Amino acid sequence: MTFLFYLLAAVAILSALMVVFSRSPINSVIFLIICFLSIAGHYILLNAQFLAVVHIIVYTGAIMVLFLFVIMLLNLNTSNEPHKSQLTRITAVITGGLLLLVLIAATKDAVLIQAKNPADYNIGLVKQIGQTLFKQFLLPFEISSVLFISAMVGAVMLGKKDSKKN
Amino acid sequence: MNTGIPLEYFLILASVMFFVGIYGFLTRRNLITILMSVELVLNSVNINFLAFNKYLFPDQFQGQFFGLIIIAVAAAEAAVAIAIIINIYRHFTTINVEDVDQMKF
Repeated sequence: MTFLFYLLAAVAILSALMVVFSRSPINSVIFLIICFLSIAGHYILLNAQFLAVVHIIVYTGAIMVLFLFVIMLLNLNTSNEPHKSQLTRITAVITGGLLLLVLIAATKDAVLIQAKNPADYNIGLVKQIGQTLFKQFLLPFEISSVLFISAMVGAVMLGKKDSKKN
Repeated sequence: MNTGIPLEYFLILASVMFFVGIYGFLTRRNLITILMSVELVLNSVNINFLAFNKYLFPDQFQGQFFGLIIIAVAAAEAAVAIAIIINIYRHFTTINVEDVDQMKF
């Protein structure tokens, strides 16, 4: 199990770095898909099987296809995107790196939390998640559907051609 | 299930991914890759939620529920952001963030 964790973590971090450093947006999308698949593996390690499947369906199935589609539509598959200046890059490394250092130092000195075994290993499956979702978390669940409707209406409104102007 | 792995490893993995995302957000010029960096950041936060759920309250669902909500919000955000990007492309015929400077003065 530990070996699996190290493998998945290495794949996730390397592909995340490749997303940021590769020049062409198409390569970025492909590496992001690899990164998301390894994150789904982490979810299974963390006993959240249902969430892993949802993650694969939503991210690699829907969002990444949308990204690829837009890249093809806008004809961006050229690899000559200029990066920002050296100063911006150094500033970004310092900004990210310092806070990362603080976080890692904080987790090193933290109190060790021992992993507890759940009473039931089927805890992350559909049945239990659904029962909790429709009993304990019913209100936020319904509010998220309102969020989806507003996002859908907003996307259609923004994507629509303005007929008055033309 | 994974009693051999300490919680800190998951936290360190999540924070490394978070800051890779921040770096991409600050250095890329293409709006689509900026959006992809934001997705990386959201996913690292999700790993944190699930790890704490597994290690602190393995019999409850709060962390998994937050992860589900984050995935939903990320999907909605990606849809709206891509609609905005297509509008920007129509208006400026580029999605380089340095060329879109009409609101800058």
